[in-house]
Amino acid sequence: MELTPTYYLILSALLFSIGSVGLLVRRNPLVMFMCVELMLNAVNLTFVGLAWGLNDIGGQVAVFFVMVVAAAEVVVGLAIVVAIMKRRDGATADDLSVLRG
Amino acid sequence: MLAQTTIATPDVDVAILLPMLFMGVGGLLILTMTSVKKDLPAWFITGWTLAACTGAVISAISLWGRYTDEGPSSTIANSVGFDGFSIFLTIVIALAVIMASLLAHTYLIREQLEGVELHVLLLLSGTGGLIMAFANDLIVFFLGLETLSLAVYILAAMHRRRFESQEAGMKYFVLGAFSSTFLLYGIALIYGATGTTNLVEIKTFLDTQALVQDGLLLGGLALMIVGLAFKVGAVPFHSWTPDVYEGAPTPVVAYMASGVKAAGFAGLLRILSTGFQAVVDDWVPAMEVIAALTLLIGSITAIVQTDVKRMLAYSSISHAGFILLGVLAASERGTAAALFYLASYTFLVAGTFGVLTVLGGEGDNNFSFDAFKGLGKRKPLLSFAFMVFLLAQAGVPLTSGFFAKFGVIAAAVDAENYWVAIVAMIAAVIGAYLYIRILISMFLEDGDDDAEVLAIPRSIGVVIAAAVVVTVLFGIFPGILDGFAQDALAQLTASGS
Repeated sequence: MELTPTYYLILSALLFSIGSVGLLVRRNPLVMFMCVELMLNAVNLTFVGLAWGLNDIGGQVAVFFVMVVAAAEVVVGLAIVVAIMKRRDGATADDLSVLRG
Repeated sequence: MLAQTTIATPDVDVAILLPMLFMGVGGLLILTMTSVKKDLPAWFITGWTLAACTGAVISAISLWGRYTDEGPSSTIANSVGFDGFSIFLTIVIALAVIMASLLAHTYLIREQLEGVELHVLLLLSGTGGLIMAFANDLIVFFLGLETLSLAVYILAAMHRRRFESQEAGMKYFVLGAFSSTFLLYGIALIYGATGTTNLVEIKTFLDTQALVQDGLLLGGLALMIVGLAFKVGAVPFHSWTPDVYEGAPTPVVAYMASGVKAAGFAGLLRILSTGFQAVVDDWVPAMEVIAALTLLIGSITAIVQTDVKRMLAYSSISHAGFILLGVLAASERGTAAALFYLASYTFLVAGTFGVLTVLGGEGDNNFSFDAFKGLGKRKPLLSFAFMVFLLAQAGVPLTSGFFAKFGVIAAAVDAENYWVAIVAMIAAVIGAYLYIRILISMFLEDGDDDAEVLAIPRSIGVVIAAAVVVTVLFGIFPGILDGFAQDALAQLTASGS
């Protein structure tokens, strides 16, 4: 079987869906972060796969930027979780219900 | 034995980057200063923020002169676009940061949250907004969006002693990160379809080539619309707005409703209305549905709210619907109308949330309708200012809100989006009911006369007064602002042309 970019696109689409479904159904903030990371890395795989298919370096460069953004995003997210945990032990997303909606 | 190779680096036109440098470097410098000298006085921090933003505004104004002389251009390998559009939005976003920073000045002292963090984050978030306004490349745009958003997530969770604030920050973060990945996935698919992330090249590609298989392009476009619609709070991606607006510190809400929204619309206008103008038939029907839902759901749900801050959150959703009318016109007239709306709305919303910052009182949570009862007697001047803002949001003539609404609806009619224009007019009527409801409880109902007399701090008073003046000024002489908005069109040009 010869590998073509299509396989990578299908795989990354699957990973992206797993991540987004996970984010919607899981209630633990840390697992929700992991799902966001999974989605971002699925996009990275898309970029690399397409860059390979197009024979273009641009898509691979984009991956570096996305990795930096993903790292920064987790730092901010964890900081907010720590701020909440200081006030309440074992917070899950269900505890965040002071605000309606 | 190093081989003599030269790496080709793109030309950098520093003059164009000056507004971003003023705000970004300004924010980082004051952050460094606090680590050297602790306990900087509050006036110095606010003054520094104002100076950095004023620098950005002044450099943007001088760039406007260059733009009218030399026309649009772009720099750093066409990834930063220089045109009237980016300069106009630079001024709008910088003014939003200035007003939010002034509102925050006394807020931080009242809530005992003194520190440099809020001002630094405002500056950095504003820098991200400027990058979004200037971005001619989807990856640069994404980086700007993340710079803007990451700072705003923390800003929303800024109030250390209010659990609602942290909850708002957490909700905003999870949903914001979720939507950013959709935007990014969309960018990746568009890269796959066109072979580039540069909007200039994408536009040329779409203008010249007929796509046989456009699945990737359409999928990418749809995902990008989801990501951008979330940022501007359009239905059905609006569910975070009321919670975050209710929980976040009020000065921050003023910035979220003005600066963040302006930056999000910068993306929609530049990417969709300009870059993807060639495939307008593919995305306009989807945007029509989004705009109509945003208008109706925003104004109808606003009516049933009992908390004024929450109600204004829904009203900001319906305002987003109006601005979307300008986006989906995908014409020069539509862009100019959307820019006019954004500029006048920035002042309106800063003034409105300025009034709420005063009324919220210590603890920042006194926003029920009861708090507004009899306000007309207790605080006549403040009530008058609030009345001007509410009437302008309702779109009453002689205020800037009237011309803003008129402009976008006229642009929609011009682009033959008749049914959305009709929905917009209905939504405007429903919205008017809601603003009048607040006015009635302010002026006609008797309140608790023993209520604590609120003092209006000077820095907040300045913002409210300036917002009233601008709202009325643009309401009587809309030509001043409209002239600039007409010239401030997004143009995707390669460098040197």
